Amino acid sequence: MSRVSAAAIVAAAAFAIAVPFFLKPFGIFLISMWAVLTIAAMGLNLTLGYAGQVSLAQGAFVGVGAYSVALLTQAGYPFALAFVAAGGLCFAVGWILGYPALRVQHHYLAFVTLAFTTLVFLVLRNEQWLTNGIYGINDIPRPSFFGWSTRGPQSFYFFSFGTLVVLSAGTWWMLRSPWGRAFVALRENPIRALSLGLDTRRYTLMAFAIGSMLGGLSGALYAPLVQFIEPGSFALGMSFNLLLMVIVGGSGYFFGPFVGALVAVLLPEWLRITQGYYLIVYAGLVMVMMAFCPSGILGLIGRVAKAVSRAGRAARAVSAEGIGP
Amino acid sequence: MASFIQLLVSGLATGAIYALVAVGFTLLWQTSQTINFAQGEFVMLPAFFILAAMNAGAPFWVAALIGIALALAILGLLFKVAVVDPMLRHGVLPLVISTIALSLLLKESVKDFYSSQAQPFPALVPPTDVQFLGAVISTQSLAVLAVAVITIVMLHLLLNKTRLGRAMQATAQNPTLALILGIPVGRMVLYTFLINAALVAIASILVSPIYLAKFTNGETLGMAAFIAAIIGGFNQVRGAIIGGVLLGVLDNLSAAYLSSQYRGAFPLLILIAVILLRPQGLLGRFEERTV
Repeated sequence: MSRVSAAAIVAAAAFAIAVPFFLKPFGIFLISMWAVLTIAAMGLNLTLGYAGQVSLAQGAFVGVGAYSVALLTQAGYPFALAFVAAGGLCFAVGWILGYPALRVQHHYLAFVTLAFTTLVFLVLRNEQWLTNGIYGINDIPRPSFFGWSTRGPQSFYFFSFGTLVVLSAGTWWMLRSPWGRAFVALRENPIRALSLGLDTRRYTLMAFAIGSMLGGLSGALYAPLVQFIEPGSFALGMSFNLLLMVIVGGSGYFFGPFVGALVAVLLPEWLRITQGYYLIVYAGLVMVMMAFCPSGILGLIGRVAKAVSRAGRAARAVSAEGIGP
Repeated sequence: MASFIQLLVSGLATGAIYALVAVGFTLLWQTSQTINFAQGEFVMLPAFFILAAMNAGAPFWVAALIGIALALAILGLLFKVAVVDPMLRHGVLPLVISTIALSLLLKESVKDFYSSQAQPFPALVPPTDVQFLGAVISTQSLAVLAVAVITIVMLHLLLNKTRLGRAMQATAQNPTLALILGIPVGRMVLYTFLINAALVAIASILVSPIYLAKFTNGETLGMAAFIAAIIGGFNQVRGAIIGGVLLGVLDNLSAAYLSSQYRGAFPLLILIAVILLRPQGLLGRFEERTV
């Protein structure tokens, strides 16, 4: 990693720690939402950016995680246990879904996962005895640890942000390991990876299951953050949104989801002046972006940085020859 | 028995509409590797063109022609030139994302600029019922079936019996070779986009009297079209037709006899079963992978 990007990360982290002290509760809610959704988008980035598979099931995994935590904590189990259970359940469901679904690739997989999301929505809506149906679940408690309560907006933000830091450090470490590098090989050239002796199907499945687990953990924070969940929140819209976050930020870039989630959370607020037309503007922007820069915002920044350094080098070379100004 | 026949006929009518949409879907895939996630919204939109024309005072038949013409221009030509062409060099994924965004754009535009309420839409034939073996069958279902069958027969004749159709098939199967043989490949691809636009416009006219014209109509229709295409085999026009009809009938029967709460789930379960057991579809061929 270059020194510039290391400095940028440190500055961004410092900003993320300082910013809640200057915001009103609604602003803190928004950045907490950013931290929570970034976890889910990071999981999707594993599936999409590294293993190269389009999944429209991430919103459903967020839903499964959110419902697990809501039901377990309301039944009196401690949050930590519910958190782990949500992640474990989503890992297992991801594995079970991925096993048949990953027989097919790309667009087929997109639609199979889309079907899964719709099925999860139907179950959440119809099984009233468990999920309270369309009425949703109210008053989800926020956890407290060893006497530190996260009930206030600021402390819940720090709790979410801390979880994000821990999970992204874990993901970073995983992607650096020989094991994680296999994920990249899968995306770049699956057939070559196969011929090098990688069990590609197993690695793709693993990437998908871990991505699903991160979706579930994100849901585990989502439920206590919004404190009211209903099936509609986890329908196709959320999966689309998470997919767009990864793409807009830059899929395959580690920090792509961080940027994409920030755009997706803040843009509706900035575009409030356009009133009801927010989604039209957003969809239009995404289409333009796909046409001109499919590698997302970070891809664009990378391209600009490369052009600038090339121009700089050229200028230096010119002045060294004594022709320049 | 009587209710079974009723369900069967209305299922066939719905299935015929799914088939029209699914055929367009597979045609686009075959000739230009375009997976159109906005296909459902493409069916939703022409109904609003027609309603807008009728609001401006045009009688239904004139409005329908205006609607089809607008569909050809916007959903055919403009879609290809402005959305698909700039994206093709980036590969399949950006185009998938872009059509997802397009579906959102179309849906929200109709909601904001026309109406978020379901709009009544004129039927092709006056709504009466006919008796058949004790079953009551609406003339509307029969009219839908008739129009769909005529459309598909005409498409079949165009694709298989004319020089133009064979040139289009050659383009789909091997664009390089087609080019060498002197077929204007670019124009052939444009024709498939226009055919898709015509198919969705016809489907829109058929489906809107049944479901009313609403901005969210595309969600179920797009999904149904894709499931139909997968069930039948993604690379076969015949497959899409059979898949669509099968889906419409199964959907209707399962909603009546099994569970209406989980109505939306049965097509998805069929989809998962087909993908598991026969990923190439019922009639499909395996597509070879290249390194």
